[in-house]
Amino acid sequence: MTKIIVDGVEVDVPAEYTLLQAAEAAGAEIPRFCYHERLSIAGNCRMCLVEVKGAPKPVASCAWGVRDCRPGPNGEPPEISTKSPTVKKAREGVMEFLLINHPLDCPICDQGGQCDLQDQAMAYGVDTSRFHENKRAVTDKYLGPLVRTSMNRCIHCTRCIRFSAEVAGVSDLGALWRGEDMEITSYLEKALGSELQANVADLCPVGALTHKPESYHYRPWELTKTDSVDVMDAVGSSIRVDSRGREVMRILPRVNEAVNEEWITDKTRHIVDGLRLQRLDRPFVRDNGRLRPASWQEAFATIANRVKSTSPQRIGAIVGDLAAVEEMFALKLLMQSLGVTNIDARQDGTVLSSAYGRGSYLFNTTISGIEDADAILIVGSNPRLEASLVNVRIRKRWRVAPPPIALIGEHADLTYPYEYLGAGPETLADLVSGRHSFMEKLRGAERPLIIVGQGALTRPDGLAVLSAAAGLARDVGAVNEGWNGFSILHTAASRVGALDLGLVPGEGGVTAQEMAQGGVDVLFNLGADEIEIAPGAFVVYQGTHGDRGAHRADVILPAATYTEKSGTYVNTEGRVQLANRAAFAPGEAREDWAILRALSDVLGHRLPFDSLNALRAKLYASHPHFAGIEMVQPADGAAAIQALAGIGGNLGREAFVSPVQDFYLTNPIARASGVMAECSALARELKLEAAE
Amino acid sequence: MAVRKLAPEELQPESFVFSPENEAFVDQQIAKYPPGRQASAIIAVLGKAQEQAGGWLPRKAIEAVAARLDMPVIRVMEVATFYTMFNLEPVGKYFIQFCGTTPCMLRGAADIKKVLERRIGDANHIPSNGTFSWLEVECLGACSNAPMVQINDDYYEDLTTENFEKLLDDLEAGRPVRKGSQIGRNRSEPFEAVNTLQDPSLYDGSLVGAWRNRFEEQAKAAETGEAAAALESVPGKAGRPGAGRAIETGAADTPAERAKEGETPINPVDRKEAADPSTATKGKSHTEEGARPAPQSSKSYVTTPSKPEGGSPVPESPTTPEAGTPPAQAETRRDGSESKPDVVVDKDNMTS
Repeated sequence: MTKIIVDGVEVDVPAEYTLLQAAEAAGAEIPRFCYHERLSIAGNCRMCLVEVKGAPKPVASCAWGVRDCRPGPNGEPPEISTKSPTVKKAREGVMEFLLINHPLDCPICDQGGQCDLQDQAMAYGVDTSRFHENKRAVTDKYLGPLVRTSMNRCIHCTRCIRFSAEVAGVSDLGALWRGEDMEITSYLEKALGSELQANVADLCPVGALTHKPESYHYRPWELTKTDSVDVMDAVGSSIRVDSRGREVMRILPRVNEAVNEEWITDKTRHIVDGLRLQRLDRPFVRDNGRLRPASWQEAFATIANRVKSTSPQRIGAIVGDLAAVEEMFALKLLMQSLGVTNIDARQDGTVLSSAYGRGSYLFNTTISGIEDADAILIVGSNPRLEASLVNVRIRKRWRVAPPPIALIGEHADLTYPYEYLGAGPETLADLVSGRHSFMEKLRGAERPLIIVGQGALTRPDGLAVLSAAAGLARDVGAVNEGWNGFSILHTAASRVGALDLGLVPGEGGVTAQEMAQGGVDVLFNLGADEIEIAPGAFVVYQGTHGDRGAHRADVILPAATYTEKSGTYVNTEGRVQLANRAAFAPGEAREDWAILRALSDVLGHRLPFDSLNALRAKLYASHPHFAGIEMVQPADGAAAIQALAGIGGNLGREAFVSPVQDFYLTNPIARASGVMAECSALARELKLEAAE
Repeated sequence: MAVRKLAPEELQPESFVFSPENEAFVDQQIAKYPPGRQASAIIAVLGKAQEQAGGWLPRKAIEAVAARLDMPVIRVMEVATFYTMFNLEPVGKYFIQFCGTTPCMLRGAADIKKVLERRIGDANHIPSNGTFSWLEVECLGACSNAPMVQINDDYYEDLTTENFEKLLDDLEAGRPVRKGSQIGRNRSEPFEAVNTLQDPSLYDGSLVGAWRNRFEEQAKAAETGEAAAALESVPGKAGRPGAGRAIETGAADTPAERAKEGETPINPVDRKEAADPSTATKGKSHTEEGARPAPQSSKSYVTTPSKPEGGSPVPESPTTPEAGTPPAQAETRRDGSESKPDVVVDKDNMTS
């Protein structure tokens, strides 16, 4: 720790801190444009100038280390000033230079009201301009369907370039030409090829890069902000849902160091239009092969008729990927009271089960724990598509000091180099038996991390693969004191919560796949749209969008999406998070738990709660860990891998295939979104081009 | 800087492949850097690609370099567009880079530019025969031989309109031309008579190590207690190992020290010389024109108490001649000797 005096306040900061960080530690505010704590230091905007005692001129505080400051003549701590007249004058000068070429189009600029330049010009600028020269004019660039450009406004901070090269790992953006002619663009104005590209618009301190799908739709001060959590993948990114009236206008990332840092994927951000389109806004009942609008009473009566005439062995329930813990709990209680054991939340057919202990299905290492791993093996997963922000963490780990990283599965571009071991279970078997050189690296590592994806588990030999992976983890000592390197990567937001609740077939029950293929006569489908249900069964679909599940349904109960209800979600690490209601469900659609409660009354098995709070009280009583919001309750990893490793089984020969083939269309909300459809088409094009 | 852009699609070649010898050159360049740092070779490799593609960088060449150096294409584009030495559009067979920076300008680059404009046309434009194209560039570092141009890889210096016209004629006709100075001087030697560095002892080797020998002798003298004598024996300003550094020494000669040793602090002769107006530096002192404030714009947005009427002040007597006056006719000298009144200036640059 080093002492430094900031505006007369002495602070003790690590020597590797920059002056900017030291000033923040001392409570002094430093304006900045190019500096961003998660990107490399560029030092090119010059807005963060401070005065260092003894230095002949102001220095850029973002690029000057505390350890680079000279002490005073008698060994006093170095002294900097952030409020002196020199600093004020320097900032005013920099601001004036930045504004020479910046257009005065704030009234028609989407960044207006949320613009760093606007704010800082108010705080540190002067009120007039001394420049009468013409402003620079730059042609706008095409950067794909998500980022609108208005390059006259660009102040060349290069945050977008640094983000795409460093965090996203896709070097698409660059600065061409030089000096005043410098222009930010992609090579030949190709669309950006990253699933995190929309973050560059968030990073842009001015209005040069804005979000294209939502441009000109709102002003930031009109919006109601609700903190929530994302359900597009199992990462559970922290988001802020901004709504106006009853409509969600945009979704922004929220800083959460443990999960998403401050990035979100394009899917998380831009499914906003999917929340409006294709919505189920009233109950439907199928009559003579056609769905017709009906009242809630009618729909419930139809269901009650069928349920009462069917034996519990022929009733089943499947839970989809976007369900919150509350409605799954309500469904579980309802099915229990009906005496139904056919209940399954694993529509993709994964072999994970609560039977082997909680440690057998969590991402035990935790997402931030990836940064401590010193050898990484990925089995049957493409983390870039299945959990982009987990991939960002692996890349972050790789950038610090490349650990050995290897992959068994699809040979995809993960934005960092890795050793490609093979495509299928045979390679895993080779590795387990020590016939592979990577085994040495795993053995030699102190904190090896083995990530098992759903591509390895949603297959007939999934259990054998899981067992082999667990055996491998045991052999290389992946689970030891203070480190649990056996991690399952989920793709569905509801999955871990469902497994925590034990939503797997009970005694004599059948799995989701068996139910879908005619194992039951009455199937209650809670938003499962990724499974093909064979004709024959009477299907009750409770969901939000007119997707596959609704088309197959005999009764449709319209429900609320994750932005329209308060719900608990557990992410792949086992972190319990709360999604809050930002808007109301359209039409007659209701919150899921309330639908189930009302249905239970009609079925004659009234659920024992009348409010969400009462439901949660019951939930927390039976599953206490759900009460720990934002917390991860660690699981017993050693016991879990011991149990898994003991299962054994024969490994198949087929290659692992990632369950996420089209990143942009993985759930009903995304499939309803026009923006996602456009992105998906573009991604396909890029893929074809790359294949050529 | 002129706005540059990529060549239009119809001029872009279909493909670009490094020739075998250039491929070897690229390998050699990459080998200069540690493994994984192959991107450091980019400038050399782009230069070679430009050479192979006929003096400019087609899009395919940029992509080929990116693939060769395992870099994202945009990174190569950044470098290719940053440096003006990389041409992004086709150039003539003889690509003339004409220096228009101050020294060349003062020595008549404007006339050379007129020749270029008359014979070739606008910069960055290739006439139909494709022989020449030209571009004005910043200083090429041959100022002593100004004005000059670079044609492809070679410098052509000491240009006049006549010899430049002839040079272009010769190039066009394919006749051999003389590289370097066009008036026959050797490199940047004085072009008529050599007056300096003529002492033969400079070249016979007798001075090799002389400087060092002197220090060794001094060190020896100091050891034998004759330091003071040895120092005095060195005439003039003695160079010493610690030259320029503050080293404690008794030989300092300041008024204070002289006073301490009982001498007159300031030699009356020195004082008289310093006060002599004829030897004083003839820089225009501010008091001459009366106290006048620093130039200030009337548009300044900070209130200045001492704002002169009518904006920027103009001195009564111009210190610089009007623009366009040929140096020889200017009343004041502008050769840097203004402040050295006793130096005889030869306006025609004709040293006796």
